[in-house]
This record gives sequence, C-alpha cells and structure tokens, in this order.
Amino acid sequence: MDSFFKILSNIGAQITSRIWRLGSASRLFLLTLIYSGESFKRIHLTIREIYFTGVMSLIIIVVSAFFVGMVLGLQGYYTLQKYGSSESIGVLVALALLRELGPVVTALLFAGRAGTAITAEIGLMKATEQLSAMEMMAVSPIARIIGPRFWAGVISMPILASIFSLVGVMGGYLVAVPIIGVDHGAFWSQMNSNIDFRFDIINGLIKSFVFGIACTIIALYEGYDAPPTAEGVSRATTRTVVTSSLTVLGLDFILTSFMIAH
Amino acid sequence: MDKTTLDLWVGFFVAIGIAALMALAMKVGNLTSNTLGETYSVTANYENIGGLKARAPIKSSGVVVGRIDNIKFDTKTYQAVVTLRIDKRYSFPKDTFANIYTSGLLGEQYISLEAGGDDNFLKEGDRISKTQDAVVLEKLISQFLFNKASEASNK
Repeated sequence: MDSFFKILSNIGAQITSRIWRLGSASRLFLLTLIYSGESFKRIHLTIREIYFTGVMSLIIIVVSAFFVGMVLGLQGYYTLQKYGSSESIGVLVALALLRELGPVVTALLFAGRAGTAITAEIGLMKATEQLSAMEMMAVSPIARIIGPRFWAGVISMPILASIFSLVGVMGGYLVAVPIIGVDHGAFWSQMNSNIDFRFDIINGLIKSFVFGIACTIIALYEGYDAPPTAEGVSRATTRTVVTSSLTVLGLDFILTSFMIAH
Repeated sequence: MDKTTLDLWVGFFVAIGIAALMALAMKVGNLTSNTLGETYSVTANYENIGGLKARAPIKSSGVVVGRIDNIKFDTKTYQAVVTLRIDKRYSFPKDTFANIYTSGLLGEQYISLEAGGDDNFLKEGDRISKTQDAVVLEKLISQFLFNKASEASNK
C-alpha cells in the first residue's frame, strides 16, 4: 500500500513539474514579446542571429529537401502508375511538400540544427554567470539575449520552409521527368490546376510560422532554465530536441485539423 | 565576422526565401491564372449536385472561367443553391445552361457553362434557371436494370 502511494505521488510530482515548466515557458514567451521593442532597438543583434540560425541551416535544409523530393517522386510514381495516373506525380509531390513535409521536416531539422545550438549557448552563458553579470549591469538578458534569438528563429523558419518546399519540388521533378520519363507538361499543369495559393501555400506558411515560435521558445526556455552545470546543459540540449519534435508533430495535427475542417 | 559580410549573407538568405515563395506561388500554385481578378457571382439551383465541391472549376468549352464560391441547401425548395464566381472578362447570356459534369470516369466534378442565344447578359446576383443535375451512377444503373426487366417481361 505504501509503495502504491509512492507511485501516485511520483505521478503527481511529475505532472506538477510539467505544468510548472509550461507556465514558466509561457512567461518567458510573454516577457520576450514585451521586451521585443527593446531588442529591436539593436536590430544588428537579430540580424547576427538570423545568420547563425537561418543562413547556417541552409545547407542541411537544401540537401534534405532535395532527397525528400526525390524519394517522394520515386515512391509516388510506383504507387500512382498502378492506377494509371502517373501524371499526377507533380500534384502528389507538391501537395505533400507544401502542406506537411515542408513545414514539419524543416521544423524538426531546425530543432536539431539551431535549437540545440541556442540551448547550449544560453545554458553555458548561464553556467558561466554571463546572464547574472548582465543583470548586474542593468542590461536585461531577455532583451539582449533571448529576444534577438527568438525573432531570428521566427523569421528564419518560414523562409527555410519555403526553400525546403521549392527544392523538394525540384527534386521530385528531377526524378519524375528526366529520369522516369513522366511528361513534362502534364507534371506542371496537373500541379498548377490542383494547388491553391491560399489553401495550400499560405496554410503551409502559417504552420511554419507557428512551428518557428514553438521551436525557438522551447530552445530558449530549456537553455534559460538549465541547471548551471555541464551535465545540466547537456540534458537541456537533449530535452530541447525531444520536446520541440513532439510539440511540432502535435501542433501539426491540431493546425491541420483546423485547416482541413475549414 | 565582419558586420557587412554578415548583413550581406542575411540579406541573401531573406531574398532567396522570398524568391522561393514567389516561385512556389507562380510556378507551383499558378497564382497568376488561378486567382481570378474581377469577378461577378451568379447562383444556380440543382436537385442534386452529386460530389460537387466549393472551389471546383467552372468551365466553358473546357476553359476555366471561374470557380464555385459556396454551396448551400435551401430548405424552402429543398434544392442545392450553388454560387458561381465568374471572371469579369467572360460574360454569358441569360439563358446559359449550367450543367454538372465529371471530368473523366472518376475525376472531379465541375460546372460546364453552355451559352444560349439571349441578348441580355448575366449580371451580379442573377440566377441561372437552366441547370442540369449531376449524373448519379446508381440511378443510371437502376434505370437500366428496370428497362431490361420490363423488356424481358414484354417478350
């Protein structure tokens, strides 16, 4: 009986700490928004962060988009040709990329490539007491450190997702048209007539914008909240990847169900 | 890193992001011809619209001239009321036929406009009175079977 109560109280403690963390993450998000006016006064800080989170992620995004597009082209072709509609391959590739794979895979890669870097950097700043030093000098670490990184992530993500979708479509085209031999005109015209700007492209952008907010704030919070030890920073980095990935996939389902229902 | 190089890279990054979005909109989404410019809307009533959906194309002689705006159900007449948005560039006579067809055997359904001979043209808010319902496959099959059965009994 005693161990039963122990298990129960363990579950309770777990849930309370999760809710605590969610609450303080939301508080950090709100504070970032409040202080963003101050962080925009030093716009070059944000630009510097866009370089580190956005520009440096370009290569991994472009290469993986290309392979994702090529695999979609191959797999789609083998399934579609069974139904005699291999010309629809263009629609399949473009819809899959614009609606789902573009925003989601970009966010997952972003969490792994840029999110971990943000967490480790801020965690280490905290461990070496740089953040406390800033507070001592009456410089708000939220305006100076968190804000620019947050806005850089939010700006970079939709850009990266658009690039991902475009490169993916090119990869699909490369496999479908020159290699397999689907008709060039049918590929594009089917794609054009079945993809709606508002419904597919803009909705994909909205998704990647939301993922940008979620991934960056999770990475920032984990770094800001990390215990100031080597072990604490490494654990926080791991948690960033796990939490961001799960959040992105969960949010994707919620957003999609809203967009499809409309 | 030098501040100007950094600015250059970020500028390049944002520019190719916008270019990618534009390319998606133009080449993939076909924004130029897909979104209609100036439009006018007319309504048409149907007994049965089959699988017709909002945003389905409206074609005339196979050319897309508009899109379906929305589909409602009128409880007074028990008919489906379909709102058609037609490009301002194309005007149709008042006695135009609006028929629901299917592209291919299993393809999507669309509304085909077949121009009549009236001198007056359709205006914003008009109603197309000459409509033809979607073909329901089950009805066709049951009619066919019924005819076959009556033929057999007549023999």
